[in-house]
Amino acid sequence: MNKSLFTGILLSALIMLAAIVSFAWTPFDHTSLNIPNKLQAPNGTHWLGTDHFGRDMFSMIMVGARTSITVAFVAVGIGLGLGVPLGLWATARQGGWTDEIIMRGNDLIFAFPSLVIAILITAVFGPGAVNAIIAIGIFNIPVFARVTRGGALQLWTREFILAARVAGKGAIRISIEHILPNLANLLIVQATIQFSLGILAEAALSYVGLGAQPPTPSWGRMLADAQTLVSIAPHMALVPGFSIILTVLGLNLLGDGLRDLLDPKLQQVQK
Amino acid sequence: MSLLQIRNLSLCINRLKILHDISMDISPGEIVAITGESGSGKSMTALATMQLLPEGSKTKGQILINDRDTMLLSETEMCRLRGNTVGMVFQEPMTALNPVQTIGAQVAESVRLHRPDLDPMARAAEVLTRVGLSPELVSLSRFPHTLSGGQRQRVIIAIAIACSPKLLIADEPTTALDVTTQAQILHLLQKLTTEDSMGLMMITHDLAVVTQMADQIIIMKNGHIVEKARPSNLLNTPKHPYTKALIATSAHRATLPRLRQEAPLLRVRNVVQSYALPRRSIFTAPGKVYAVNDVSFDIPKGIRLGLVGESGCGKSTLTRSILGLEPVKSGAITLDGEHVFSAGRPNLAVRRRMQVVFQDPYGSFNPRHRVARLITEPFNLLDKKPTATESMDRIAKSLTSVGLLPSDAQKYPHQFSGGQRQRIAIARAIIIRPDLIIFDEAVSALDVSVRAQILDLITELCRQYNLTYLFISHDLSVVRNITDHVLVMKSGKIVERGSTEEVFSNPQDTYTKSLISAAPQLSKRTYHA
Repeated sequence: MNKSLFTGILLSALIMLAAIVSFAWTPFDHTSLNIPNKLQAPNGTHWLGTDHFGRDMFSMIMVGARTSITVAFVAVGIGLGLGVPLGLWATARQGGWTDEIIMRGNDLIFAFPSLVIAILITAVFGPGAVNAIIAIGIFNIPVFARVTRGGALQLWTREFILAARVAGKGAIRISIEHILPNLANLLIVQATIQFSLGILAEAALSYVGLGAQPPTPSWGRMLADAQTLVSIAPHMALVPGFSIILTVLGLNLLGDGLRDLLDPKLQQVQK
Repeated sequence: MSLLQIRNLSLCINRLKILHDISMDISPGEIVAITGESGSGKSMTALATMQLLPEGSKTKGQILINDRDTMLLSETEMCRLRGNTVGMVFQEPMTALNPVQTIGAQVAESVRLHRPDLDPMARAAEVLTRVGLSPELVSLSRFPHTLSGGQRQRVIIAIAIACSPKLLIADEPTTALDVTTQAQILHLLQKLTTEDSMGLMMITHDLAVVTQMADQIIIMKNGHIVEKARPSNLLNTPKHPYTKALIATSAHRATLPRLRQEAPLLRVRNVVQSYALPRRSIFTAPGKVYAVNDVSFDIPKGIRLGLVGESGCGKSTLTRSILGLEPVKSGAITLDGEHVFSAGRPNLAVRRRMQVVFQDPYGSFNPRHRVARLITEPFNLLDKKPTATESMDRIAKSLTSVGLLPSDAQKYPHQFSGGQRQRIAIARAIIIRPDLIIFDEAVSALDVSVRAQILDLITELCRQYNLTYLFISHDLSVVRNITDHVLVMKSGKIVERGSTEEVFSNPQDTYTKSLISAAPQLSKRTYHA
């Protein structure tokens, strides 16, 4: 196993673990305010210090990981669930008007700056985790549709597809039985990358106050809260900041490592 | 004095032994052919000579070019040698040229690198003229995609000889080309070698290609040199048993069971298939290419029909039309009176009576399915799907009849060799007992000995099931072996038809004549002095 894959798995697993454990246990209750203990630097009781309301940062990071992961996971799910079928459908009708409509629709979505539209959506429908998910999810659809179409176009020219057509299989069955399994590698890698982008987008939306609403902790809002206090309590900005960096880095390394592992073209002969 | 001396060359790649104790010499003006089947190490010998081996390679022994040991040279010194003293011609004319550079620039590039004393473009024009692409006919500013396969191969040869190398290495230079083009390219290589007294190392899997031009033939097997001899000696008195087997399989004749003619099964009537070209301007009507132009023929039940033609003649388009994968522009294709394509969709009732075996043993299977699932795919065409036990039974039966084991059904395609995969492809074609099988270049990608086995298998199946098939190939010798009748196709039209023996022994059409005379043969005489 190569180093980047190992580091990626390690970092991603760490964040996942934090999020899962947070359901059962956190060192402190992340909602209870404790003003006398506010702005403590990291110490023995509060491992990552406390914020301006005296809440335990470590607990907030753990619960915040949950928020980030949920939002990114569902957003990637929307992208996969809608983008992949659209991509397969477009390829099956390659050159036809269905293909044209789907792909030009994709171009249309791509043409908008994603974060600005996400802000628009959350501003119109009200801020909150669900709307953030939808906003991020919509921009995942064209990404997966394109990746799917790109890979599927190549596969459609292969002889085994011709053989399946000779066996009387229709475009939909061929797409599901023959194209999709051969695209799995590509999609897994892309999903990992989109997952990290989702976490980043969620943090950005929360930072401007349009993501998950208080009291649900979110890394982006923790950063926003730290903004005015950065000179007296730098840890308040550093802790969520590094959480975001490490998570995104971990997921990107994981995606890269998976690509090396799954793509036989990049593999060196090892025997 | 020898130009190239290879002394006891051994090669390991990641501890896997590839070459064992290879020794050979090439003198100026000499043509040495290395032949062997895939995996015999012939290409690795060439790459070792150029020091272009893949990562993880370890070599032992000596490779002397002009008495300098290339193993001891640094990468910079090797770069000076490559393209200058040693030129190389690659197999695939489609991918060996940079598609975004003009041919003139690509030839000039190596001149600029190695011969600063020459004017690159003038030299490029000069060598292109030598390979038969004079600037008056083919402008230096043309791009590779505007040239035919043979012309591209000429450009690649021009690049290789641009700096007047002492040694030319040609790795399967004609494998991707049609027979008539192949003959021209071989002639060109031979001419260049004599004129410049270059040494030529020619690598090919086809013994017949080199017997008429090589001074020496080296037969390789599993990384060993099994025999080294002059072509005439090699053909008349082969010493090593492997050489004997190779010559025997190259000249292999499959014997078909006797023909029993019956009523017409497939009728092709005045079929035209054309594609629109992009409009040149909005005021002109778009042009058309006729891939298949007014083709008619019948396939009676029980006949083995061959269809021969060079690439681009419309064979593949015709296949797709017969299989009902594409509607025809005009004309009719019927199987027992039923149209293969009706009411805007393929007619499945007809489709279930036809199956196809494709050329590429690697591309024709979904790598993620097991053999059992792969070969039962045509069951999809049946109205009544067989039950699980029935299906198991038929899988076993069809695998056995193509010479595989019933237990192979649980394996994945990558666990099989190319020849075995082609057997699986045949198993898939016969599993629903179709009335007509189309073999689309089914043996073209196989080594000679494997090809002989597959041809034997086809004739054996003919005996068992009384097959009717259409065998499409660019390879005349194969078609001659296993068909009763043959059609010769050129530019979308059928130019000659008749019983196979008659067409081959007494061709009428000039195109057929040129095809037959261009095909390399293992003759006991050699023309080369």
